[in-house]
Amino acid sequence: MNWDLLFQLLINGLIVGMLYGVVAMCFVLIYKSTQVVNFAQGEFLVLGAWVCWFFIMKMQLPFVLAFLFAMAFMTIFGIIVQMVVLRPLIGEPIISVIMVTIGLSIFMQALMNWMFGNSAERFPAVFGENTVSIGGLQVETAYLMSLVLSVLVMGLFYYFFKFSRYGLAMRATAYNQQVAQSLGISVKQVFSMAWAISALVSCIAGVVLGLVNAVSNSLAIIGIKVFPAVIVGGLDSIIGAVVGGVIIGVLENMAEFVDGQFLHIGNMYTVAPFYVLIIILMIRPYGLFGTKDIERI
Amino acid sequence: MSSVTQLKNQTPKNQNMEDTILSVNNIEVVFNDVILVLRGLNLNAKRGQITALLGANGAGKSTTLKAIAGLLGSEDGEITRGDVVYNGVDITRLPPEKIVRNGTFLVMEGRGIVQDMTVIENLRLGAFTQPQANVAGDIEKVFSYFPRLKERTGLAGYLSGGEQQMLAIGRALMARPKLIMMDEPSMGLSPLLVKEVFGIIKRLNKELGISVLLVEQNANMALQAADYGYIMENGKIVLDGTAEELMNNEDVKEFYLGGGGSERKSFKNIKSFKRRKRWL
Repeated sequence: MNWDLLFQLLINGLIVGMLYGVVAMCFVLIYKSTQVVNFAQGEFLVLGAWVCWFFIMKMQLPFVLAFLFAMAFMTIFGIIVQMVVLRPLIGEPIISVIMVTIGLSIFMQALMNWMFGNSAERFPAVFGENTVSIGGLQVETAYLMSLVLSVLVMGLFYYFFKFSRYGLAMRATAYNQQVAQSLGISVKQVFSMAWAISALVSCIAGVVLGLVNAVSNSLAIIGIKVFPAVIVGGLDSIIGAVVGGVIIGVLENMAEFVDGQFLHIGNMYTVAPFYVLIIILMIRPYGLFGTKDIERI
Repeated sequence: MSSVTQLKNQTPKNQNMEDTILSVNNIEVVFNDVILVLRGLNLNAKRGQITALLGANGAGKSTTLKAIAGLLGSEDGEITRGDVVYNGVDITRLPPEKIVRNGTFLVMEGRGIVQDMTVIENLRLGAFTQPQANVAGDIEKVFSYFPRLKERTGLAGYLSGGEQQMLAIGRALMARPKLIMMDEPSMGLSPLLVKEVFGIIKRLNKELGISVLLVEQNANMALQAADYGYIMENGKIVLDGTAEELMNNEDVKEFYLGGGGSERKSFKNIKSFKRRKRWL
């Protein structure tokens, strides 16, 4: 047994898992408040990363400024997508809405291939040191930033939904749209807000992932990987999304460890979460934290 | 039934528009483009008064309230004719959030409180349209009317039925409305609680000067609290009058208050029958 490697992978799993949790939260946010399963979540994330990269490399902006611009851009992008693509579909059957978000994901993939090419591009070095040593462990600075941002985003989510007036309005809308309307909440506004927040947070996750690896269109795979996380946690639970994300992140890395040390099958890293997805769907189809009356697709 | 039929189609007497807070003029509501639910309904609610809207199941009472509040859209219904005038402003096709901002608030049937939020969160939700500076003070004011709610710190879903109804009314107060519409506040409550809730409605009406439009199945309770009443059947108003007039009307007594007709006057037999049966 290689304990050091195990521990290292565990830490990696936790950090990556937190990031999955963040993306899963975006996914759940949209599902909960608008009943839309957003298959384009991964593309949102990649687009955010590309836009930030574009501002840094082509417009020669400093990283922080580029990051802020990218976040602003994605927020507006989210609102536009909601207004143009999804608002006309309110009240349509769920399968049509799913087809539209799949279409949106293909469209965005093609658009990004056309605009940014299909090769991976590195971000310029943002941090002075590549790794920092914490208690003898070498942790990549980008990973540390990822962890800090994830925790920050989760904290903001908690604050937003617990204390802010719009957060309460979104929860009420998720609970019952007619009730929300009777309280003077504009459901259209809430829908736009859900997509805006989701796109904004996806952008943060995308930029972080871009820093860790590199920006490429294949990053959109995160959008698929988030599925097991969301299903494990339950489609309509934000806490569940975070827990699910961490579970999947750790599981991935543990599968990698077990495979590398004992099994030597290869690629367990990618497949393991989906095995778990299948098992969870068999035992608890509504997830660990989900409510039972959720429709399965 | 004969005199009810005679009174059909009678529109409310011309009232002074100045003390009318809400007037519904000849509205027609259609669901799914084909189902006609309200067929030319007229009613007026006077400022500072409690107006009751009574009727049997399926008469269209709830639909009337939802039509006024602009909530038909999510049920595929729409107002196809007529208009709703609130405070001299036509609110017929305004989105619901504008109607709430204008000062009308609907307490929905089944209370519509958000079960997975706490009492305070529900109250804050009610103040969504209000400046946030008012919220803390308004919450205290609501607690002064409903001291019982103050002790409940858990989720609203765990409150008893009566407490949920009080929370729903309290949440309506948070929006500082001038007109509260209530859809069956007595639903699912014990007689004692019904009395308490109606007492509160009367107090709000007297102390805060809030006009109330009350939809009820419990005609007896509603007419005792109300100043003016309307009775609807099949999507139309068939009878209206002051609460006393309605309470003394033979038809109303028979159909809505119970025990009006001559042969059903004596309850004694029924009671003794029940009692005897219990002794056996």
